[in-house]
Amino acid sequence: MGFENLILGFSVAVTPFNLFVAVLGILLGTIIGVLPGLGGANGVAILLPLTFTMPPTSAIILLTSIYWGALFGGAITSVLFNIPGEPWSVATTFDGYPLARQGQGAQALTAAFTSSFVGAFFSIVLITLFAPLLAEIALKFGPPEFFAIQLLTFSSFVGLGGGNPLKSLVTILLGFILATVGLDIVTGQLRLTFGVTDLMKGFDFIVAVIGLFGIGEILLSIEEGLSFRGAQARMNLRVVLDTWKVLPRYWRTFLRGSFIGFWMGFKPGGATPASFMSYAFAKRFSPRGDQFGKGELEGVVAPETAAHAAGVAAMLPMLTLGIPGSPTAAVMLGGLIIWGLQPGPMLFKENPEFVWGLIASMYTGNIIGVLMVLAFVPLFAAILRVPFAILTPLIVVVCAIGSYAVHNSMIDIWYMLLFGVIGYVFKKLDYPLAPLVLALVLGDLAENALRQSLIMSQGSLSIFFTRPIAGAITALALLFFLLPALSPWLRRGRRTPAASHPA
Amino acid sequence: MRTADLVTAAVLMLLGGVVIFDSLRLGIGWGTDGPRSGFFPFWLAVLMTATSALIFVQALRRPVTRVFVSRAALRPVLSVLGPATAMVVVMQVTGLYVASAIYVAFYMRWIGRHRWPATIAMAVGLSVVTFLVFEEWFLVPMPKGPLEAWLGY
Repeated sequence: MGFENLILGFSVAVTPFNLFVAVLGILLGTIIGVLPGLGGANGVAILLPLTFTMPPTSAIILLTSIYWGALFGGAITSVLFNIPGEPWSVATTFDGYPLARQGQGAQALTAAFTSSFVGAFFSIVLITLFAPLLAEIALKFGPPEFFAIQLLTFSSFVGLGGGNPLKSLVTILLGFILATVGLDIVTGQLRLTFGVTDLMKGFDFIVAVIGLFGIGEILLSIEEGLSFRGAQARMNLRVVLDTWKVLPRYWRTFLRGSFIGFWMGFKPGGATPASFMSYAFAKRFSPRGDQFGKGELEGVVAPETAAHAAGVAAMLPMLTLGIPGSPTAAVMLGGLIIWGLQPGPMLFKENPEFVWGLIASMYTGNIIGVLMVLAFVPLFAAILRVPFAILTPLIVVVCAIGSYAVHNSMIDIWYMLLFGVIGYVFKKLDYPLAPLVLALVLGDLAENALRQSLIMSQGSLSIFFTRPIAGAITALALLFFLLPALSPWLRRGRRTPAASHPA
Repeated sequence: MRTADLVTAAVLMLLGGVVIFDSLRLGIGWGTDGPRSGFFPFWLAVLMTATSALIFVQALRRPVTRVFVSRAALRPVLSVLGPATAMVVVMQVTGLYVASAIYVAFYMRWIGRHRWPATIAMAVGLSVVTFLVFEEWFLVPMPKGPLEAWLGY
């Protein structure tokens, strides 16, 4: 049943213009992924205005291609420069950089790109199979179910995200509060504006993404002292083919990483723990596990496969439920709304050519992507050899352009600077930024779902527990919220087994 | 580090207080057609204030370990932030393209110590390229000033 849909999708994705858009997106995305301070989320946010005049399908292909490119680009900086562009690339540096130092940068990069491709491909196949089913189920959801899913989304940041759970909770709440600023469309009242007209429009999350991740990140990397002393990689066909001969040996790691990535990835914030978990498992099960960290190809394969499987899986809840699994998916969701599409399960019914075009473009985009990065690694790596006194102002200007273009308003550039400072401070104090962005995006949706649910139940919160699906999801969400408080007891209860499971 | 943590938590608590205050004005109860405007922000703010209070206490009980940012590290941070803010101010008058050219030139010359020819080429080149990309290619208008007006845009 899904097969003819996929054919339809390919007929949309494989047109000369859309293929050109994919190539352009991957090129821009890889540059963005390599540049310090720019990554998937803010790269997509900055380039979002370029899509305003495009047909929606081409627009989403451009944005997703930028995302794939950014993911590939992150691997380049991790391996050659020991700079993880994104948190989920951290584990890639463990063995990638030592390999590059030993003169095997090309092998490490080939392994990284190939694993990214395998992980992504695995997730895309699963999305192709499961997205229609999930959308079908989601069609039966009412406001209480949607609110419960939102709860679950945010609870997983608190319970599974790692770090300080209180700080995760605060950033979520702050994001929701920022989302309420401005006109309340239900009652027509102004909220939290205190008579300031500029606050009436509220805070746009795209500007927040650009500020928090773009400006904040550049401030951080400037503070740490930008010095890119990178290793060289001599990429050629011979090395690529030789590495490909070795890689099938690690098929178990590929498979494990893909599963971990997909499973963790469709829950928010899953890519980073997925990459670490996959690395830890590979280290434990590999016969050369004790060599990990000194430059093992398998140590590159494991985290990259999982991170990319997770990165792609984050698209699943965005497409089927209208709830993004990552800040990048959130920006894309914002794009959908701007192009006049209603994200959520109805998308599969009302705009099949959009949905399937997007899914098909994931296949083409990743194939084009892996070939392009393999071919042009030296070119992309050269970007980091541009002096930082040129890169830094360039990135700031690009961020300013992106912020302004969202609403053609100057105040957004000021907000961008403000969010930049917040991002810098929060990052240093270990307040996670992704939940804040997601809360800011989902604020209105969550509030509406809550309001409608309460109207259905005439003000009783019991509605979230008595309906079977909502009840199960709410219970799981509450468990995740309470997990940080419970885990000390759980850990005390089974200390002995926990000690033998370092993963 | 601890001071910064305490200050941030305090600011968040204060913010929570402000939100609670405004929510009470809007009404946090049940209106004619469901929860009133202040309902959602009120409970969010209550939770946020409580959570930041816990973070505050957590930070208080932790010994001082490292500084949030050293004086030496603050300098480069401000050298990005300061000129960037100045650029946004200048932008109000000259538009984005001129302001960004000045900003890039300033940064390359005084922070990066690049030579004048490279600096000017880069600054002007960047503005011309962004102008072509946004105004001509993708038809996304950016703030413009007297120079663009003089050129006929």
